[in-house]
Amino acid sequence: MRVAFLGATKGMGRALARLMAERGDTICLLGRNSADLERSAADLSVRGAIPPVPSVACDLEKPDTFAPAIDAAREALEGLDAVVVTAAVFATQEELEADAALAERLVRINFSNTVMFCEAAKKALLEEGGGTLCVFSSVAGERGRKPVIIYGAAKAGLTRYLEGLDHKHRAEGLRVITVKPGFVKTSMTAGLEPPPFAGEPDGVAERVLSAIDRGAPVVYAPAPWRLIMAIIRALPRAIMRRISF
Amino acid sequence: MREPPLSTLSGWGRHSAPGRERVGEDLERISADVNLSRGLGRSYGDASLPPDDEPNVLNTTFADRILGFDEVTGLFRAESGLALSELNRLLMPRGYFSPVSPGTKFVTLGGMVAADVHGKNQHKDGNFGDHVTKLKMRVGDGRVVECSPEQHPDLFRATIGGMGLTGHILEVEFGMHRIPSQWIWQESRRIQNIDEFQDALEESALEWPYTMGWIDCLARGKNMGRGILMTGRWAEADQAPSRAPKRGFQPTLRFDWPSWVLSGLTIRLFNELYYRKQWRRRSSGIVSHESFYYPLDAIRSWNRMYGRRGFTQYQCVLPREAGRSSARRVLDVLTTRGGASFLCVIKDFGRESRGILSFPRPGITLALDIAVRDDTQDLVDALNEQVLQEGGRIYLAKDSFTRREHFEAMEGPRLDEFRAIRDRWDPNRRFRSAQSVRLLGD
Repeated sequence: MRVAFLGATKGMGRALARLMAERGDTICLLGRNSADLERSAADLSVRGAIPPVPSVACDLEKPDTFAPAIDAAREALEGLDAVVVTAAVFATQEELEADAALAERLVRINFSNTVMFCEAAKKALLEEGGGTLCVFSSVAGERGRKPVIIYGAAKAGLTRYLEGLDHKHRAEGLRVITVKPGFVKTSMTAGLEPPPFAGEPDGVAERVLSAIDRGAPVVYAPAPWRLIMAIIRALPRAIMRRISF
Repeated sequence: MREPPLSTLSGWGRHSAPGRERVGEDLERISADVNLSRGLGRSYGDASLPPDDEPNVLNTTFADRILGFDEVTGLFRAESGLALSELNRLLMPRGYFSPVSPGTKFVTLGGMVAADVHGKNQHKDGNFGDHVTKLKMRVGDGRVVECSPEQHPDLFRATIGGMGLTGHILEVEFGMHRIPSQWIWQESRRIQNIDEFQDALEESALEWPYTMGWIDCLARGKNMGRGILMTGRWAEADQAPSRAPKRGFQPTLRFDWPSWVLSGLTIRLFNELYYRKQWRRRSSGIVSHESFYYPLDAIRSWNRMYGRRGFTQYQCVLPREAGRSSARRVLDVLTTRGGASFLCVIKDFGRESRGILSFPRPGITLALDIAVRDDTQDLVDALNEQVLQEGGRIYLAKDSFTRREHFEAMEGPRLDEFRAIRDRWDPNRRFRSAQSVRLLGD
């Protein structure tokens, strides 16, 4: 599989890219910090015993970098079978309420810019005759919840966009996969108290890779979050107002 | 960056201290204002714990990228949080193994340098630090520098075995060894007493690359020091099964055992049974490297067996000059005080390492696992006094009870040299641990 990967340097993206490299997929890294990309490229190429992993500049804050980056990846990989997006911004509700500029930036990056990146990726994949677009959203987008109001709203928007994309293009061979991680212990969530069923990046990566191979449109990871979110979605408003989850 | 919550950090022996652990992938960015690095927390005592007045530590385990590997020369470079378990998983199938491996694979490269770990091949290949070619570090004045035997050799030698007190180890470069298979040809031999043990280790050192022994340290009198000597070498490809060793069931201890479980009686029973297991005088066969190197890793969180109070490992080295009887004298201290060690390991050392404070020196090392009880401090004091008389020293990666005056007396001029380099690179003593405050005063 030839994969263009935005967000492979850290956390769950790093774990997923490693699994892909170890089984022999070819990867092109997209990101804004070229020195950091080089280090991840070295890591992946040693793990996969594969030739140097290419990397191209792409910044989720700069939509004009999206199409050129995907074209460059396509060229470096001599084609394209999949695009993976794990990059995003995270901040707690308190942090976002205290800093309007940060809130605006988070909503822009996690929603509109990610959507625009996916539009560019979709176009390229359709030109290739189909493929897989795998994007990390979040369980935070499943329900309006007190600790993740703004972050959750952006992810809810992204989830709906990805769902629509899958409905429209599956018949043309474009498989859109929405990943909804629960709490996962990464540097993004460092300093937050992990709830029960907190996951590790490696476990999430295994579930996601299996979903990519099967073409499953929605994947919760770790697995118990599927059930947890089913319950949360079913709770009446009166209860949601009372709990702090 | 979010301030991490104040939590309880502990060493493998469950000695603990309040601390805040900062994590992140980019060590260069997040190490600027933290004063101690910590990896997987496998040092037994307080070496990875922060001092009382400064709770912040850096956890390196998210910085685990491989930065280069030359399949021809074996030269390997990675970020310091890479775990040995991961290195083994990736490179053993390709015919490479770490030049030196401690008795657990759940250690980071940074920790392996900081403790200058040794393994079953110490008599032949020395310590891990002997194979390190370069280190990238953040030092006391905030600079990021590379050091090697040629570049800043003083910093390099003080960092190997320096328990993290010279700065943050960011990257490690070293030479990997070639292996013919992932299997070990192992031979076990029953040994009658401590004198025979030392003869057998010395003899085996000539023909086996890997040696170590287990001692029943409850046996007294003429049986004192009886046990099992284990020797091994990598199985050649044509001796070994063609498949890779399978990972068997790995149970995890999910709760602390009550302290009476490891009583004098159960320890006696375990040691007796373990000795009887080797009912043949000699046996041999092919075993997986995991069961040879890391028998204890098979049970996750085995340290919970020692209950809430935890345990300490007392590991000392007795120099060759002290003579054969020195090991007997140290074991005597343990048995006459009624100290029961659940597990006791013996191994010969071939040479000193190049690290200034590194543990090994030519002689015999004993490692005793001792559950923490009210009298543990007295026991360690008594052992230290005996080891001092023998001219030996202790292993910092295991220690949590040694007194400063004992440590200073054991180390003598080595400590002066280490302090001089610390004065040069970190005059304000930014880098400190609970252990360094206890043993060095800062």
